[in-house]
Amino acid sequence: MSADTAPVTVTVTGWGLTAPTAAHVIRPRTYEEAAAAVRACGVRGGIPRGLGRAYGDAAQNAGGAVLDMTGVDRIHAIDADGGTVLCDAGVSLHRLMEVLLPLGWFVPVTPGTRHVTVGGAIGADIHGRNHHVSGSFSRHVLSLELLTADGGIRTVSRGTPLFDATTGGMGLTGVILTATVRLLPVETSLLSVATERATDLDDLMARLTATDHRHRYSVAWIDLLARGAATGRAVLTRADHAPLDALPARARRAPLAFRTLQFPPVPAHLPQGLLGRTTVGLFNELRYRTAPRARTGRLQRISTLFHPLDGVPHWNRVHGRGGFVHYQVVVGRGQEDALRRIVRRISARRCPAFPAVLKRFGEAAPGWLSFPVPGWTLALDLPAGLPGLGAFLDELDEEVATAGGRVHLAKDSRVRPELLAAMYPRLDDFRALRAELDPRAVFTSDLSRRLAL
Amino acid sequence: MKDAFGLPQSLLVLGGTSEIALATARRLIARRTRTVWLAGRPSPALEQAAEQLRGHGADVHTVAFDALDPDSHETALGKVFAESDVDMVLLAFGILGDQARDEREPAWAVRVAQTNYTGAVSAALVSARALQTQGHGSLVVLSSTAGERARRSDFIYGSSKAGLDVFTQGLGDALYGTGVHVMLVRAGFVRSKMTAGLEETPLATTPEAVATAVELGLRRRSETVWVPGTLRVVMSALRHVPRGLFRRLPL
Repeated sequence: MSADTAPVTVTVTGWGLTAPTAAHVIRPRTYEEAAAAVRACGVRGGIPRGLGRAYGDAAQNAGGAVLDMTGVDRIHAIDADGGTVLCDAGVSLHRLMEVLLPLGWFVPVTPGTRHVTVGGAIGADIHGRNHHVSGSFSRHVLSLELLTADGGIRTVSRGTPLFDATTGGMGLTGVILTATVRLLPVETSLLSVATERATDLDDLMARLTATDHRHRYSVAWIDLLARGAATGRAVLTRADHAPLDALPARARRAPLAFRTLQFPPVPAHLPQGLLGRTTVGLFNELRYRTAPRARTGRLQRISTLFHPLDGVPHWNRVHGRGGFVHYQVVVGRGQEDALRRIVRRISARRCPAFPAVLKRFGEAAPGWLSFPVPGWTLALDLPAGLPGLGAFLDELDEEVATAGGRVHLAKDSRVRPELLAAMYPRLDDFRALRAELDPRAVFTSDLSRRLAL
Repeated sequence: MKDAFGLPQSLLVLGGTSEIALATARRLIARRTRTVWLAGRPSPALEQAAEQLRGHGADVHTVAFDALDPDSHETALGKVFAESDVDMVLLAFGILGDQARDEREPAWAVRVAQTNYTGAVSAALVSARALQTQGHGSLVVLSSTAGERARRSDFIYGSSKAGLDVFTQGLGDALYGTGVHVMLVRAGFVRSKMTAGLEETPLATTPEAVATAVELGLRRRSETVWVPGTLRVVMSALRHVPRGLFRRLPL
């Protein structure tokens, strides 16, 4: 994705490496260049793109323009007392952590990777392990500047329809240029981690319901290959930012140091099916058996706990050329039976889901296409080459939609378009706002074409 | 748009009465395809095919298209592409001819060549350009194992498919990196109305099997698909059989 302001025709995919399409990639360095690029968009429109971590086709635009916003990456102002930052949309969360941690501040929400931009975080309204406490990213956005289809720049503040359409709006309302984000104060860059095992899905849900509120971060790794009585067995990881006095003397010398690990990248052209049933089954068995039954107070770095895969560049190549499908769904509170059925079906089918996580969501965000709703979210990766996978996931979708749940648009690459209106009740409002704000449909992506957003 | 499994939402069939094409369309409609254009010479059979696909739940339009009139391809197909994106073009038209008659009356042989090769080249180029403009899509071309090695019994048809086969390979390379996926389907003897009354060769297959292979090829983004798969090995061996011996083989 290296291109200058002159458009270059490149084949673009999402992080899942499926459904490649060709687009003219433009990399603006200033707001003016971005505005010029939007005005110059032809009939096939344009879409902003950040670091390309959306799994599906959200940041692709076949035959049109893709605005690589990673070149618009200045941090303008940090309020080190009040805890806010004003920065360009192309700034990555990694960069924010590098800059903010030494000052005693942390990003309010971090997903499983630091390599997402602030613009992408808002556009996909990302969530992290602290959703049950802190909600999704947009809850911490105080205001943003949006480059709209007419080439003008608008300041969008909380509580307006445009704000609610833009947060979670997958870049389809315009190009986010800057955002003011509220930060989280931390004393150290380490986390105090508690781990426990759950013997099956019911045990897991009971534990999450009972004690989630005691911790800021909570997530469960779930073994979807376990069958019978062990169906849905899991390892729960809870964490809180460690206070200074919890650190050993040595670590107290540089309590706010931000350290990351880097392994060699995954080579290109790996064969498909490396992560099959046997490999994943073995891994799951090991993961479960080696996890402590109950342990508290272990100190871990931010990068090790939240972003283990960031240490392996191009980890998405591990499923081979065919790529993979990331399937994330949420079902509301009270729909535990639907979740049980979904987990049972995946486990009965022996899908080599790697990795798979379950998380309890807190309150929903006002974003019209924002994914989280209070309830249970299950996320898993599956190789796209798995026979019959498409039809199987369609069946799961039916289950999810019937239970009033939804799939995550930033991760989707395959949902049946007909189901979308049931999953996102505000979809019509979103369409109406887009039709008014952007009548020529300048902002268009493969996702919006596929799902008629 | 195609989904993660390469399944198209819209399909343009060139040769709208082809049994292989209709079997493929039925299969794709069962998954994600909602819009189908059937291009072919206007006929009751074409309308019937459209009606049949409508019964499977797709929105089906027919388009007047004549392989033997390359000058009209630009207009006929241009209209379809102007209407909306086409995720997949299935080039399925072709005639078998009658080897004995075609040898006696060269005009008939020319007709086979013009339909299967010249017409296909024109239609494929028109489609390829449109797909390139939209930046995505699959062009699936039905070739034949008859084009792999000339046989006494059908070399006129075979030579036209051989030309189409090489053309498609080259087109696939030309379009590499443009977002357009070109897939060549080399089928063996397919039991259909085109081959009715002919003696079956070994490893004969069905339109449904070809459809399954096409769906798999789309998912894998394959460049060449053999139906059945074993033909790949068989043909690769047959290619190396000396002429003198090959002539005497009962093929």
